[in-house]
Amino acid sequence: MQKISVLLFLVWVCFLFYAGIALFTSGFLLTRLELTNHSSCQEPPGPGPLPWRSQGEPGACWMASRFSRVVLVLIDALRFDFAQPQRSHVPGEPSVSLPFLGKLGFLQRILESQPHHARLYQSKADPPTTTMQRLKALTTGSLPTFIDAGSNFASYAIVEDNLIKQLSSAGRRVVFMGDDTWKDLFPGAFSQAFFFSSFNVRDLHTVDNGIMEHLYPTMDTGEWDVLIAHFLGVDHCGHKHGPHHPEMAKKLSQMDQVIQGIVERLGNDTLLVVIGDHGMTKSGDHGGDSELETSAALFLYSPTALFLRPPPQEPEVVPQISLVPTLALLLGLPIPFGNIGEVMAELFSVVEDSQPHSSALGQATALYLNAQQVFRFLHTYSAAAQDLQVKEFHRLNNLFSKASADYLRLLQSPQGAEAALQTVITELQEFLRGVRAMCIESWARFSLVRMAGGAALLAAACFLCLLIAQWATSPDFHLPPLLLIPVAWGLAGIVACAGLLATTELKLDPVVVGAVAAVGSVLHILWKAWVGWGSKRPLAALLPVPRPILLLLLIRFAAFFSDSFVVAEARAIRFLLGSLILLLVAQLHWEGKLLPPKLLAVPRIGFPAPAGPSGHRGTHALGLGVGLLLCIRLAGLFHRCPEETPACHSSPWLSPLASMVGGRAKNLWYGACVGALVALFAAVRLWLRRHGNLRSPEPTVLFVRWGLPLMVLGTAAYWALASGADEAPPRLRALVAGASAVLPRAVAGLAASGLLLLLWRPVTVLAKATTTTGAPRIRTVLTPFSGPPTSQADLDYVVPQIYRHMQEEIRGRLERTKSQGPLTVAAYQLGSVYSAAMVTALTLLAFPLLLLHAERISLVFLLLFLQSFLLLHLLAAGIPITTPGPFTVPWQAVSAWALMAAQTFYSTGHQPVFPTIHWHAAFVGFPEGHGSSTWLPALLVGANTFASHLLFADSGLCSGSLHPPQASHGLEGVRPQVHF
Amino acid sequence: MKNIDIKRLLYTHLLCIFSIILSIFIPSVFLENFSILETHLTWLCICSVFVTAVNLLLYVVVKPSASAKRSSLSYKVTRFLKCCIYFLMSCFVFHVIFVLYGAPLIELVLETFLFAVILSTFTTVPCLCLLGPNIKAWLRVFSRNGVTSIWENSLQITTISSFLGSWFGAFPIPLDWERPWQVWPISCTLGATFGYVAGLVISPLWIYWNRKQLTYKNN
Repeated sequence: MQKISVLLFLVWVCFLFYAGIALFTSGFLLTRLELTNHSSCQEPPGPGPLPWRSQGEPGACWMASRFSRVVLVLIDALRFDFAQPQRSHVPGEPSVSLPFLGKLGFLQRILESQPHHARLYQSKADPPTTTMQRLKALTTGSLPTFIDAGSNFASYAIVEDNLIKQLSSAGRRVVFMGDDTWKDLFPGAFSQAFFFSSFNVRDLHTVDNGIMEHLYPTMDTGEWDVLIAHFLGVDHCGHKHGPHHPEMAKKLSQMDQVIQGIVERLGNDTLLVVIGDHGMTKSGDHGGDSELETSAALFLYSPTALFLRPPPQEPEVVPQISLVPTLALLLGLPIPFGNIGEVMAELFSVVEDSQPHSSALGQATALYLNAQQVFRFLHTYSAAAQDLQVKEFHRLNNLFSKASADYLRLLQSPQGAEAALQTVITELQEFLRGVRAMCIESWARFSLVRMAGGAALLAAACFLCLLIAQWATSPDFHLPPLLLIPVAWGLAGIVACAGLLATTELKLDPVVVGAVAAVGSVLHILWKAWVGWGSKRPLAALLPVPRPILLLLLIRFAAFFSDSFVVAEARAIRFLLGSLILLLVAQLHWEGKLLPPKLLAVPRIGFPAPAGPSGHRGTHALGLGVGLLLCIRLAGLFHRCPEETPACHSSPWLSPLASMVGGRAKNLWYGACVGALVALFAAVRLWLRRHGNLRSPEPTVLFVRWGLPLMVLGTAAYWALASGADEAPPRLRALVAGASAVLPRAVAGLAASGLLLLLWRPVTVLAKATTTTGAPRIRTVLTPFSGPPTSQADLDYVVPQIYRHMQEEIRGRLERTKSQGPLTVAAYQLGSVYSAAMVTALTLLAFPLLLLHAERISLVFLLLFLQSFLLLHLLAAGIPITTPGPFTVPWQAVSAWALMAAQTFYSTGHQPVFPTIHWHAAFVGFPEGHGSSTWLPALLVGANTFASHLLFADSGLCSGSLHPPQASHGLEGVRPQVHF
Repeated sequence: MKNIDIKRLLYTHLLCIFSIILSIFIPSVFLENFSILETHLTWLCICSVFVTAVNLLLYVVVKPSASAKRSSLSYKVTRFLKCCIYFLMSCFVFHVIFVLYGAPLIELVLETFLFAVILSTFTTVPCLCLLGPNIKAWLRVFSRNGVTSIWENSLQITTISSFLGSWFGAFPIPLDWERPWQVWPISCTLGATFGYVAGLVISPLWIYWNRKQLTYKNN
């Protein structure tokens, strides 16, 4: 009963935390209202007749079409400088040879030989720079917001008006080949399609080879109007190897050949667009808003002359979504309804009659149509949602009226001055840019009410954990009544909320209902605490934290309110952890526990103190402190730089071994990683052996003896395969692929079975009952598993109880069996009865988590184990031998544990931002991808991201007591709000 | 304990503060372009020399821990050499601790070491002057109930406040204010200096305030 109620209590606390987090995130992750209106050919974008040269031509919609066909080559993650020639940017410095520079040689040749036919632009993508968001932007001309970033791997069909929809409703044949994200975004929109799975980022060639198999045959048949080819190899190469790898050079050269092949097959009425949807960072990731991630290449080419003027010295910078209205008008389609991009006016200079006047008029017309469409969208949007700024909206309104009046006046008297036309163009461009800026500002706004509510709920839940932890120490503490009333209140909250929503006929939001239930259940307890507290007890008794520790915790808390400290959080945590450790050592000394008391006596005694065991203990504690500092410093070498600090260099050790080029260095590193693995295993085994836990014939012990080495072997073999998979001879490819799928699963399976075994038989104690008649019987004793103590001192306190319990049990059994003769009971290895089980569980958990990380992170894991071992010993040195009353965890231990979890989070190469999530963890054990299931990859990636917290929460139990679950859970619950 | 003792303590401390102020103003008379931030390392050396000199002077003049017996010259020389070795050792230990705390290992070695020197000047030199090269006495002073005189009490306070000052000095480093004093280790050395000065001011006042409660075993 007690167990069940504790479990239920934990479930309730979990619910409180999750409800709070859900409420917070629902306000924090941005959303934008999606309009389902569509532009159509018959309906002009604004009042009045369609402008100049728009009517009377066949196939013309808003504007006469210039091209009847388009080939859109989308090269994922084609960063702008990938299209740059091989030269150093800084004059005077020697030319650097980077693998990605100058590989698109055909592009460069065509730019130089046909300056009026081809043009290279630097296109600026809006964040988030993830592929699905970019695809949405590139077809709708809108700004996908953050909430879409969360649904990247479960993409849904686009409901807004978009280019593909316009194309298919105009009866154009759209042929697609490449990334299968398009299948979900535009279901049934293509006349012909060849989809290839995009999820496996380790596979560089399947998608690209598939496209190339179909590309030229399809082009030659001519049964298409728009051909879209989405290549993924460059992006996957970035994820797997980074841009500075020879593989990237090969991939880019391949793309160059593809473009050359397409250009040779282009007809005169066809436009070629080569575009990268986003860039990539130095390490090959993307998703954020850094310069390298948002700059992408955009290349336009047409066999007929397209541009009036030769290209400028430096390629022009255009927003990425400019492509949408430009393509729509060039193809003679209506601009998608929700587009806020600005046409690239240069492309609408009419080339055949070379009068400067008519070219400017062409540009102005395109811009005017575009502005009309944007104006219409703006009005519809502001009627549907109230999140645009009123003042700015009015300003833009006036700007548009003025510009359109000017334009219409010019149409009346077409022989007007060119200067007037230029003014109109500038005005229209100013309007379009203003709208874009306003939209970016408006759609990046948070729901403060929900965020505050979520944060308050989380704070209340933390406070509740604190209260319960305090109450639980009192003798008249009963959990069940404490549970029933909140449940009743919570249910009442749900009913009230549902009733309220039903009467007001609002949509039932599960997040709000859950939050109301959580608030209802927690309010009662808080009220009771408030009343029961009274004025008798001081408030300080609630928080029995030693003052220096409280200061450290407050500093950590306050750091979240400073942007600079959030960026430097990894360093700040190491600093605080180091301070905490030095503080612990200094406190030991201050309390006189570091040195024998005689040394500290008044110096008149004059005798050297005898070097006793306590003196040895003093240097021991000092050594522990220094060792811990050293561990922290070494773990700090594994750091990934936040994107806000461009001058900082990430540690190269965080990348997988597969991305290394040198064979010798790779082998050395592989040796070091396996060494770390073996050291980890050997240390655990040695520790267990030293405490005698390897003697009993328990299945758990057998597993530790034989299962763990197997896991080490499996992990090492998997690493060998993963780091050298590309170098394997072709004959063995299938074998390698099979093994790299089987090995991680086998290790995870072994770990899971070991954990289950441990749960079933946690105790590895050998007990001997010897009767006087001889014949020793060996049996193991199962004691209730109620939480391990920290130190030898506590074991001294706990062990006799267990011994007594055993004695009683065996005596009772003997009385039942009426066995004769006096009995002596001997039990071994009781000293480590709890910690052995915990250490085993920890090791078992560590191995699968280790597999999810890059190979060299194993060194960090080794440091992690060493660090927690040293810290436990240091803490144990400070705990008095006899602890009266119920066992409590010192605050130093909990704070140090939380800090260490955060520190390891950073030193395993994570950052609390989306782009640095380790997606490749989803492919450990599943090299072919997961098909359509999303929960398993989500689980793997989540385990990778929160590995350090999982391990430290688990090992937190190691330092725990009768009620550490609340404490460690409280910390765990607080953490996620930090990571969003 | 007499009030005159506290008065003496206050005067010596004022002298120490005066030496730090002098180390800021005197060099600008002799050196061109001298300023604390721009020629920080020079100032560190000068400040360290000044504070050490004043401490030694006070040790010779005031003799807070005067031992009755006369000792030979060789004893004095070995004692002095021992003090020097202790000082150097403390510099290296501080340096190692800074590196463990996150200071760069290879770059800025001189800066880090001079920070260690100045922190040693504020902490180790007074200890050496007052207690001599005697680790056990040091350990005794920095533990609960280990203080035997107001001199040791003030030593405890100034040392701890110097450490705290340099610890707090590390806080502004990550901030993006882009000030010249945010560069490693300037903010830490300034913090240590402020902490030292604060300790020098606070300790006589604190002792005066608590003079009724303070009882020392050997007084």
